[in-house]
Amino acid sequence: MTAYVAFFVLAALAVGSALGLVLRRNPIHGALFLVANLGSVAALYLTLGAEFLAAAQVIVYAGAIMVLFVFAIMVLIPGKEETGPDPRRPVRVLAAPLGVLLFLLLAFVVARGTGAPAGAAAPGPTTIGALGRLLFARYLFPFELTSVLLLAAMIGVLLLARKKAS
Amino acid sequence: MSALADVGIVFGRVAFAMLFVVNVAAILGWVERKQSAIMQDRIGANRASIFGFRVLGLFHPIADAIKMLTKEDFMPARADRFLFQLAPFVSVFFGLVAFASIPFGDTLRVAGREIPLQAVTLNVGVLYVFAMLSLGVYGVMMAGWSSANNYALLGGQRAAALMISAEIAIGASIMGVVMWYGSLDLMDIVRGQGALLFGWIPKWGIVTQPLAFVIFVTAGIAATKRIPFDMPEGESEIIGYFIEYSGMKFGMFLMSDLVETTVIAGLTTSLFLGGWQVPYLVAEGFLFPWGAALPLPHLLVVLLQVGAFIVKVSAMIFFLMLVRWTLPRFRYDQAMRLGWLGLFPLSILNIVLTGLVLLLWGGRA
Repeated sequence: MTAYVAFFVLAALAVGSALGLVLRRNPIHGALFLVANLGSVAALYLTLGAEFLAAAQVIVYAGAIMVLFVFAIMVLIPGKEETGPDPRRPVRVLAAPLGVLLFLLLAFVVARGTGAPAGAAAPGPTTIGALGRLLFARYLFPFELTSVLLLAAMIGVLLLARKKAS
Repeated sequence: MSALADVGIVFGRVAFAMLFVVNVAAILGWVERKQSAIMQDRIGANRASIFGFRVLGLFHPIADAIKMLTKEDFMPARADRFLFQLAPFVSVFFGLVAFASIPFGDTLRVAGREIPLQAVTLNVGVLYVFAMLSLGVYGVMMAGWSSANNYALLGGQRAAALMISAEIAIGASIMGVVMWYGSLDLMDIVRGQGALLFGWIPKWGIVTQPLAFVIFVTAGIAATKRIPFDMPEGESEIIGYFIEYSGMKFGMFLMSDLVETTVIAGLTTSLFLGGWQVPYLVAEGFLFPWGAALPLPHLLVVLLQVGAFIVKVSAMIFFLMLVRWTLPRFRYDQAMRLGWLGLFPLSILNIVLTGLVLLLWGGRA
């Protein structure tokens, strides 16, 4: 019973903050709504017993990436007066059909995938040891691939920053 | 009846952790004044009195609170009203909840119940505290931005840059400790520090991870935004992110710095100073390396452990404040360079060294 209440409260928070992100004109407000959204999704993970995933979500997304986002917005758009009409208004026409498509896809996935996905670990609190073993043994290749991707992004940023300085 | 007792126990655990942080933070204002006074050969605040009793100036925190609560609560005309109101609450909230997974004692066994002396038992306790600390920066950034004041905005940006560079070092230095004790649960880490090295040195984190300790404490002081890392607010000039705040909202920003100091001290105690461990005290009583033993009842052992935790946290806070009154402020670029070019590479080195030691001698290949 309490699990249901928690789920609906958290889901309402997540959907509400996502709507806030899309609907607010002010970029800082939007970014802060996204932080609230990430936090409520992390709390949803927590109710599923995925404590590590919840902590990682908060640390990486809310605590690091979004801080940089808010920082960048604060540097670039300090005042409210900068929020004019959207320069890419025509692209908005595409938003509705794409949104409907995404919704249908998600609905299809949710409708099909009843119960645990094949090959997944039994539900319950996952230990970090098990998670680490999976990451560094079974899924080592995708894991290393991700690190190459991150390294490429880092080198790219260094290159861009250097060009500007010269 | 049993369910009621369960609720009461949970309430008590949470209440201890919360009241501990709030009260320590409240009294720190007084400690800070008196400590600086002694260090600078002054008498310090001693004027506040109730019916002529001064009690070493201990009434000053109460006087401060009354003053702040009754001051005008000013808001700039062009401020973002909602964020301006919310910012101090966000700032103090994440500091207060961060203490929840720090254990203040071993498992207490009373009337067939096992009560872990910790507000919340999480198997990722270290990450939880770290996550809450890293969210505290939003309050500062919101305050800086919503004040519609360029000085406040610059202060908020300085704070954000400082906190990010400090937290990278904190996270990376914690990793060495986590590798050594093999757990992310703070209770397990503290239990692991009860073992003895060579049969007589307690295996505290400061012994096994000395480099991580130095990095963590340095970065921890930076994360609390206090002198010598007070460039977000410029304490002596007071041109920082809370320049437009007054009254209790300003007080909440002051308080959140003190709360963060308490949390950093609590985390340092748990990770590096053995947490609630008393040297040579095991569950049955004292067991000295030279063979002597002194059996003690369970309740007394737990009381000693909680007392040890409080003493260690207080000593750590005292040390952090000592630093605050000893060092001059770093320049902004110096602090950034210290974080990114000093502490961060050192903590990576610490991870590599810890891994090597564990692989060669730890037998955990």
